[in-house]
Amino acid sequence: MKRVNVIQAKTLLKIIAVLVPLLFTMNGLAYASPEQPSKALKSNVSAPAVPAVSAPATEAAQGAEVAEGEEKAGDVIMHHILDKNVLAFEPFGEISLPKIPPIAGIDISITKHVVMLWVVSALLLIVFSVVSGKYKNMSATQAPKGLANAMEALVEFIRLDVAKSNIGHGYEKHLPYLLTVFFFILFCNLLGLIPYGATATGNVNVTLTLSVFTFFVTQIAAFKAHGVKGYLQHLTAGTHWSLWIIMVPIEIIGQFTKPFALTVRLFANMTAGHIIILSLIFISFILKSYVVAVAVSVPFAIFIYLLELFVAFLQAFVFTMLSALFIGLATAHEGHDEPAAGVAHH
Amino acid sequence: MLTSGIILLAGSLLSPNPGLIFWTAVTFVIVLLILKKIAWGPILNALEEREKGIQSSIDRAHKAKDESEAILHKNRELLAKADAESDRIIREGKDYAEKLRADITEKAHSESQKMIASAKEEIEQEKRRALDVLRNEVADLAVKGAEKIIKTTLDAEMQKKIVESMIQDLSTKRN
Repeated sequence: MKRVNVIQAKTLLKIIAVLVPLLFTMNGLAYASPEQPSKALKSNVSAPAVPAVSAPATEAAQGAEVAEGEEKAGDVIMHHILDKNVLAFEPFGEISLPKIPPIAGIDISITKHVVMLWVVSALLLIVFSVVSGKYKNMSATQAPKGLANAMEALVEFIRLDVAKSNIGHGYEKHLPYLLTVFFFILFCNLLGLIPYGATATGNVNVTLTLSVFTFFVTQIAAFKAHGVKGYLQHLTAGTHWSLWIIMVPIEIIGQFTKPFALTVRLFANMTAGHIIILSLIFISFILKSYVVAVAVSVPFAIFIYLLELFVAFLQAFVFTMLSALFIGLATAHEGHDEPAAGVAHH
Repeated sequence: MLTSGIILLAGSLLSPNPGLIFWTAVTFVIVLLILKKIAWGPILNALEEREKGIQSSIDRAHKAKDESEAILHKNRELLAKADAESDRIIREGKDYAEKLRADITEKAHSESQKMIASAKEEIEQEKRRALDVLRNEVADLAVKGAEKIIKTTLDAEMQKKIVESMIQDLSTKRN
């Protein structure tokens, strides 16, 4: 027990020792940045909002500073989360990404999140070419080791617990899509948690695109399973024709709320975690206190970071799970209660 | 401050970016196609193959178990049969031995009986012959005695007595 405590204390100290100077430099940079006119303006506006400070003379100054810190915090957080045209490597400088002239009115210049997507793709390709190479080299009865084993656990999980149990018959057809979407989102989520990384899945455009894929896969699966007539019958939900005027619009809206929910769920989860971590860190700068930094910001930020690590896996799983569930619902025949059980479960 | 932050957040976080959508779609589709070709195929095949392998080895194990059980059953049956057989053989052997013993005993008995009978007969014959020899001897002796008597005395009375006593004597001897 004692030994464990010592180790934890040491790790904590190390993390603090690394984090504190880094955050100080960030704060310094923020202060150094040229925004003098707005500073003066803002100080006047936000002074009354600051809680009681002893002398009225210092009140204004303090208020200005706090407001400045808060403003900067918000800026830095948004700066961190939003997509932009540079790759920032904070103390070392930054790389400007090339602008591509718009094609058909669409600006397709490379941004930070596009780069992250490419990094994720490269990682995926490297990891899975290594893994499949290992599989090619071993016989069917041999047990996998190392990376292949780790990936096999996930692949097997998606295959059996997500695809097979939700889609049922004919799940093999959708397996490549589900596996790719799972690992793509997982790697995106995890890359956002490493230094200099950005969460591409924290961008609503990315999650929207992914859920639109799920939407198309679901609709095509439904058409293939039921044909056009069956698909239209599905829209009436098997009710009496007099109810169709209510049921059909509801069913059609239902088709679109599913991908919308997927979009917002993933995007909000990934963004919220980052905002919370950054906000926790910035509390200590806003309050200008080492005590707050050591007692509140760092421990809570570490806690949220670990939670984020869990959420990264969870959200990748949830997205894949729900995609599989929607496909299962769309392809299910009447009286086929397996997907319904899945709905009840989640 | 807070409200402005929210507006800032909402304005930029949810702002559509067609370029990013385009790149996401392109990247994802390319990754999907490449992974489908290089990774999912081999991995899923390997997994399925292994699953089948495991299933078949389980099946084989079940079959082997059933087979061995059948063999065990057969062995037990054979053992029981062999036991019965050996029991039967032992019993038969015992019976045969018993019969043989009885036969031999009987034979020996009859043999001995026969031998005794023949011995008795021989003894009888021997006795008869001895008696014949004795009779001849006695006759001779009588003749010799008579000679002697005749030689010594011609007393009729005396002769008679002598002969009678001699006959008496012989008959007692004979008996």
